[in-house]
Amino acid sequence: MYLLEVRGLSKYFGGIKAIEEVSFKVRGGVIMSIIGPNGAGKTTIFNCLTGLAKPTKGSIHFSGAEITRLEPHKIARLGISRTFQNIRLFREMTVLENVMVSQHSKAKSGLLGSILRSKKFSDEERAIREKANEYLGFVGLSEYADMLSGSLPYGAQRKLEIARALAADPAIILLDEPTAGMNLQETAAIMQLIENLRKLGKTVMLIEHDMRVVMGISGWIAVINHGVKIAEGSPDDIRKNPQVIEAYLGKDY
Amino acid sequence: MATSVSQKRPARTSEGVLLKSLVAALWLSFLFLPLKGLSAAVVFFFAVALVLVFSRSLVKYHKTITGMLPSVRLSGLFPRERMRILIFLSFLFAAAVPLFAGDYYIDVAILAGIYIILALGLNVIIGFTGLLNLGFAAFYAIGAYAYALLHTKMGFGFWTAMPASLVLTTLAGFLLAVPALRLRGDYLAIVTLGFGEITRLILNNWDSLTQGPNGISGIARPEIISFPLNTLASYYYLVLCCVIFSIFIIRRVHASRIGRAWIAIREDEIASSVLGIHATAYKLYAFAFGAFWASLAGSLFTAKMQFVSPESFTFMESVLIVCMVILGGLGSITGVVIGALILVILPEMLREVQLYRMLALGAGLVLLMIFRPQGLFGGKGVSLRG
Ligand SMILES: Nc1ncnc2c1ncn2[C@@H]1O[C@H](COP(=O)(O)OP(=O)(O)O)[C@@H](O)[C@H]1O
Ligand SMILES: [Mg+2]
Repeated sequence: MYLLEVRGLSKYFGGIKAIEEVSFKVRGGVIMSIIGPNGAGKTTIFNCLTGLAKPTKGSIHFSGAEITRLEPHKIARLGISRTFQNIRLFREMTVLENVMVSQHSKAKSGLLGSILRSKKFSDEERAIREKANEYLGFVGLSEYADMLSGSLPYGAQRKLEIARALAADPAIILLDEPTAGMNLQETAAIMQLIENLRKLGKTVMLIEHDMRVVMGISGWIAVINHGVKIAEGSPDDIRKNPQVIEAYLGKDY
Repeated sequence: MATSVSQKRPARTSEGVLLKSLVAALWLSFLFLPLKGLSAAVVFFFAVALVLVFSRSLVKYHKTITGMLPSVRLSGLFPRERMRILIFLSFLFAAAVPLFAGDYYIDVAILAGIYIILALGLNVIIGFTGLLNLGFAAFYAIGAYAYALLHTKMGFGFWTAMPASLVLTTLAGFLLAVPALRLRGDYLAIVTLGFGEITRLILNNWDSLTQGPNGISGIARPEIISFPLNTLASYYYLVLCCVIFSIFIIRRVHASRIGRAWIAIREDEIASSVLGIHATAYKLYAFAFGAFWASLAGSLFTAKMQFVSPESFTFMESVLIVCMVILGGLGSITGVVIGALILVILPEMLREVQLYRMLALGAGLVLLMIFRPQGLFGGKGVSLRG
C-alpha cells in the first residue's frame, strides 16, 4: 500500500510550466528523494503537496483520501508536514516555542480553558512543553531551548525546522534541501538525522540538487528536470541512467 | 575617476539635506504664519530648520547611535522576582491615586485607564498577530454607541448595557474581519482605515438613531447594586478593575496555544499554516478579541462622559492608539501599558505649550521609528515572555 500517490500533477505559473504531468508513489516508511537541477520544479511539487500551491492539473492522494486542493492547515492535520528551502522559523519566538507551536492542532483547550487555567489546560500545556523538549533533544538542540530562534546559528536553524515539522506528528515529512549551504560534516549530521527520522517510523521525502548526497540514504529516487520526471528508481538505477547523466552533466559528457 | 566620484557624493547629499530641510521648514512656517504672526513664524522657521538639519544629519550615524543605546528590555532589566515586586508596587500606587490626587489628576488617570484597555486590545491585533489596523477607533465607537443607545433607548443599566455592547462589538469585529482579512499588509491597513471613517460618518449622519453630530447625552452614571458611582474616585476604581481584568485575561490568552498561534502567524503565516494553524480563523479571533476590549473601553468612556458624539472617534484617535502600541513596544503587554500612560500623561503635562505638543509628539515618534523601531520597551523579543 502506498502512503502518497501523485498522478499527472501539473502546475503552471502563467506561461511557465513549473511541473508537467509528474506522477510518483511513495511507500510508507521509506526515504524517497527528489533530485534535479535548480529551477527543475522540485519545490513546486512540495508546495502542491502541502496546499501552498493549487495544482493546475492532476491529483494527490494521501493514505487513501484525496487532498488535491485542500487548504494547507487541513493537509497538515492529516499528517503531512515540511521544512522550507529558505528557512522559515518564527524568529522572534524561542526555540522551544517554535516546537510548541506545531503541536497546535493536537491540543484542544480553547479560550475559556486558557483564561480559567483549568486542570485540563495545565496538563495539556505541560504535555506540549515536555514533547517539545523531547523533539529538541531528538535533533540535539536542547541547550538552545530558551534562545530566540532567529539568533541561532545557521545549521541549528535547519535542525530546528526539522524538529518543528516533526512535532506536528506527521506520517510523512517533506524536507526541502535541508543541507543547503552546509559543509560536509554538517551535511553528514543532517543525513544521520534523516535516517533517525525513518527509524522513528516516519516516511521522508527529501529534495536535493546534489545527487551524491542522497545516494546512500534514499530507498527510492525520482529525478526532475525542466518540470518533467525523467527517471525514477533505486539509487543504483538512477546512477546508471543515461538521461540522468545527461541532465546533470550535459550532453557532451 | 572612481575616487573623485566617491568624494563628491557626500558633499552633494549633505547640500541636498540642507536644502530639503530648509524648504520643509519654510513650508511649515508658512502654515504657521496665519496662526501666530510673522515674528513667531520666523522663530518657528529657524527652530524647525535646525531640528530638521540636525535630525537628518543624525541619520548618518544611525547605526552608531542605535548601537550605543542600551537595549532596554524589561525582562532583562528586571529579573522575574523584581519585576513581580515592581508590578505589585505599581498596582498599589494605582490603587492609592484617589487618596492623594486632586480631581483633575483622577480624571487624567481614568482617561489613561481607558486608553490602556484600548491599547491592549489593539496590541492583540497589531502586536501579537501582526495585522495593521488603522481603524480601531471604529470598534471603540461601536462599543460606545452600542452602550449609549441600549442605555437611552432600551433603558439598560450599566451592567446590562456593557455586556450587550461587548457582544455586539465583538460581532462587529468579526464581521469586519471577514472581508478585510483577504487582504495583506498595506491593503489591510487602508481598508481598516476606511472602515474607521465609514463608521464615524454613519454615526455622524444617521440622525434618527444617533442624533448625528449633536451626539447622545443624558447617560446616567453606572451603579453597583443601586449604589451610584457618584464620585470620581469610585469611577476610577471601576476603571482600574477593568484594566486589571483586561491585563489578566490578555496575559493568559497570550500564554496559551491561541497566543502562540497569533504570534506564529505574525512571524510567518505560511509556516504557521503548514503546521496546521488555520491562519484566517485565528486572525478573525484576533480582530474579535481586540474589538471586545475596544468595546469595554467605549462603554467606560461613555458612562464616564455621560455623553457621546462622533467627534471622539476620528482617524486621529486610531492613530493615537497605534502610537501607544508602537511606542511601548509591539506585542509586549507591559510596554503597551507604559506606552499608553506616556501618551495620555505627556500631552497633559505639555498643556502649557498647547501648540507645540503635537509637534513634539510627532518629532518624538519619528525619532523613535528611526532609532528604536521595536519600541521603548519591546526589546527584540516580542516572544511569549514579553
Ligand atoms: N510562485 C511562483 N510564481 C512564478 N513562477 C514560479 C513560482 N514558483 C516557482 N516558479 C517557477 O517554477 C520553476 C520551478 O521552481 P522551483 O519549484 O522552485 O524549482 P526547484 O525547487 O527545483 O529549484 C522555476 O522556473 C520558477 O521560476
Ligand atoms: Mg527549490
